Order: sequence, then structure tokens, then C-alpha cells
Amino acid sequence: MFGNFDLDLIWRSAPYLFREGMTFTLTLTALATVGGVIFGTLLAMMRLSSYKWLGRVAAGYVNLMRSVPLLLVIFWFYFLVPYIGAWLIGSATPIQVGAFWSCVITFTLFEAAYFSEIMRAGIQSISRGQTFAGYALGLNYWQMMGNVILPQAFRNMIPLLLTQTIVLFQDTSLVYVLSITDFVGAASKIAQRDGRLIEMYVFVALVYFVICFVASRLVRRLQQRVAIIR
Amino acid sequence: MNYNWNWGIFWQTSPDGSGTYLDTLISGLGWTLSTALSAWAIALVLGSIIGVIRTTDSRLAVGLGNAYVELFRNVPLLVQMFLWYFVLPELLPSAMGAAIKQVPPPWGAFVPAVLCLGFFTSARVAEQVRAGIQALPRGQRMAGTALGLEPAQVYRYVLLPMAFRIILPPMTSEFMNIIKNSSIALTIGLMELTGRARSMQEFSFQVFEAFTAATILYISLNVVLVFGMRWLEKRAAVPGFVGPSVSGGH
Repeated sequence: MFGNFDLDLIWRSAPYLFREGMTFTLTLTALATVGGVIFGTLLAMMRLSSYKWLGRVAAGYVNLMRSVPLLLVIFWFYFLVPYIGAWLIGSATPIQVGAFWSCVITFTLFEAAYFSEIMRAGIQSISRGQTFAGYALGLNYWQMMGNVILPQAFRNMIPLLLTQTIVLFQDTSLVYVLSITDFVGAASKIAQRDGRLIEMYVFVALVYFVICFVASRLVRRLQQRVAIIR
Repeated sequence: MNYNWNWGIFWQTSPDGSGTYLDTLISGLGWTLSTALSAWAIALVLGSIIGVIRTTDSRLAVGLGNAYVELFRNVPLLVQMFLWYFVLPELLPSAMGAAIKQVPPPWGAFVPAVLCLGFFTSARVAEQVRAGIQALPRGQRMAGTALGLEPAQVYRYVLLPMAFRIILPPMTSEFMNIIKNSSIALTIGLMELTGRARSMQEFSFQVFEAFTAATILYISLNVVLVFGMRWLEKRAAVPGFVGPSVSGGH
């Protein structure tokens, strides 16, 4: 069973796995989280705006993203969006941004749909009176949103946003289907080369488990600290 | 943009010779549904048991239940898929492992995919069931006990009927998740809907048509599901009780 478990292979390949693979995974997670929260907040504001059509566009986008598997979305952005982009600007050749940026764009736009639902709940949790108070003070919409509502909504939602980031971190492993060297991809390459699937996949599972477990514990602790006392 | 549109591609014979491209996509949809439904059966049974265990008084049982949920929640589904498909046969007694590896396709990929999705989703179902039971007023359990019911009877007749009604909305999104997540089985060679669209794109180069068709099929599936669950929710509704709203997750 575990009798010929090759610990040495893990020891030897760990630097490569973390330097190449984990760096990619973490960079992608960080960029997609920041991009996703920004775009998601915009989507949430669209849904809550007084322009009905704007809300419908945002709702349509969110529902579309939430009803299609992430893998299919990854394929769409990798194979098709370069063509659509070329068509939009009237170029004859597809617009290639490279695998990394393709992944960043995919995850930003996909996760924005999930982040937007969290931010929508966050904005709605702030009492309407604050909006009126903002306007009564003479603030315009953007000042009211930026200085009154969003800072509180964001603070309330930090634990949920971080939990979603942990999900996002795990989801980035799916870029494996594009043969990209993320953490799983890097381990996969070594597993195939040396024919040591057990060692590599058990190790990968362990690393993900430790990171996600610790992160979710920290989020739980943070949850108590950021809670606004009313 | 130089792209040769060919919507007629769906009526052309696919290279595997089993019919048209449309037939292979529909058969992929069939595999998606069978994978999701079989996994859902596992997830529902196992998830309910673990969820109930986590609301009992035994600290040991609660601890084990929590460990189960943490284990399946903190490892990416793709990695779990690899563990079930590549690693599990190696850990079993060698004769059994060899027998598993010789199972012909598509069953060789179908069974591990169902087990993987079933166990993965059971942890999420367990979380919902626990939340549902704990959302009930504490008095309900006490009232049940005061009436002379055994603990098992309290769950069966008092707590679970209400808890399952409360968690219907989050369970709907879990069911959608299992359908979407079944696409990850393509990484171990199960030719479900996304896998079929991908291979159609590789053989015919009609990338837009293939992925558009798959996307429309997934969306249609979702619409049917949402309406079905809304109907179920109305039928099962108890006046005065509303389910908790849950956001995030996949």
C-alpha cells in the first residue's frame, strides 16, 4: 500500500511545485479576487440601481455565469473570446493575451457573478435611512455610495468574500484542462514523467487541505472581529 | 474575423460513427444527468446522516462529522477526482485494484466520478442539514422529548420534516452545483456534455457551434430545475416559515 511511497520524490519536486505551480495559482487567485470584487460590486450596484434595464442586464449576466459549469466558461474564454474580441475591433487575427491573462480574465468575470451576490446582500444590509441621510447632507450618488454605503457593506461582507476567495483558490485548479502549470498542473507533469501518481496527488491534496483549512479558520476568527456592534 | 460558420454541423456524422454530432451531444447530456442523479442520491443520504450526527449531543460524533465536512471541503474537486480515479485503486488490495483498473469505459470513469461527486456534495449537504436543524427553535426538540418520543423519533417526526423544508432553496443550488460539477469528470475521461462539446470542437473545428450548443443545454437544464424546485417549494411550504438565504459557493 504505502510501502513504496516515494517521499524523496516529493522532497525533490516540492521547490519546483511551489516556485512554478503555487506562484501561478496564488497570483491568479489574488488578481481574480481583486478584479472579481470590483466588477462584482459594480454588478451589485447595477442590480440595485433605479434603472430597471441596467438591473436586468446585470441579473442576466449573473444568472448566465451561475448556470454554466466553470470548465465550459474556461473553454469559452480560451478558445472563443479571442475570436469575439477580434471581431469587435475588426481585426483579422484572433486577439491572444496568453494563457495566464486568459485565466485572469476568465476567473475575474466568472467569480464576479458570485462576488456580486455577496455584495448585493451587503449593500442591502445597510439601512435605507443611511442613503437618505447621505443625500440629505448633499452628497451625490457616487459620494454616498463610496463614503457611506460601500465601506460598511464591504466590512460586513469581508468574511463571506474571503470564504468565496478560498473557493476561488480551489477552483483555479481547473486551469489544468488548458495544460497550464498551476499547482495541480505542475504536480501532474511530474506524476506523468515519473509514473508516481499516488505520491504527487496525495501531496497536492494535503497542501490544498492545509492552506484552505488554516485560511477558513482565520476567516472564522476574523468574522468575530469585524462584526459591527449595533 | 475569419471563421467558417456551419450550424449544419450538428446533422453531420461524428467520427465515432454512433450518429450525428447532435446525437453525441445529447448522449453527453444523458451522461451528465446520470452522473449527477446517481451522485445526488449518495450525497443526499450520506449528507443527511452526517448532518444529523453533527446536531447530536455526543461530542465525539459531532467531532467526526465536522472532520468529515472539513476533509471534503478543503480539497479542490479536481484533486479529489484524481484521488478517486488514480490513487484509490493503488491503495486497495492489488487484485481488487487491478480489477478496478480493467473496468471498461465508460463505467471505469463513471463509477469514480459518481463516488467523488457524491462524497464531495454530501459534505455540503451535511452543512445545510445541520444549519437547517439548528435554525429550528430549540423548543421543538424539547417538546418532542416531552411528548415521550425517542431521539430518533424526534428527528424523524419533528425536526427533519421542518429542516428539509427550510433548506430546500440551498439544496436547489447544491443540485445545480452537482450538475455543473459533473463536468469535471471529463478530466478522468468521462464523456459527459462538456467533454462531448470539447471533442466535437477538436474533430470538427466548429468551436462556436459546439460550445454554444453545450451552453444552451446547460441553461435549459437549469431553467427546468429552477421551475421544478419552485413548484416543490410551494407544495412543501409551511405557512409562517421561510428558508434562510444562502449566497456564495459553487
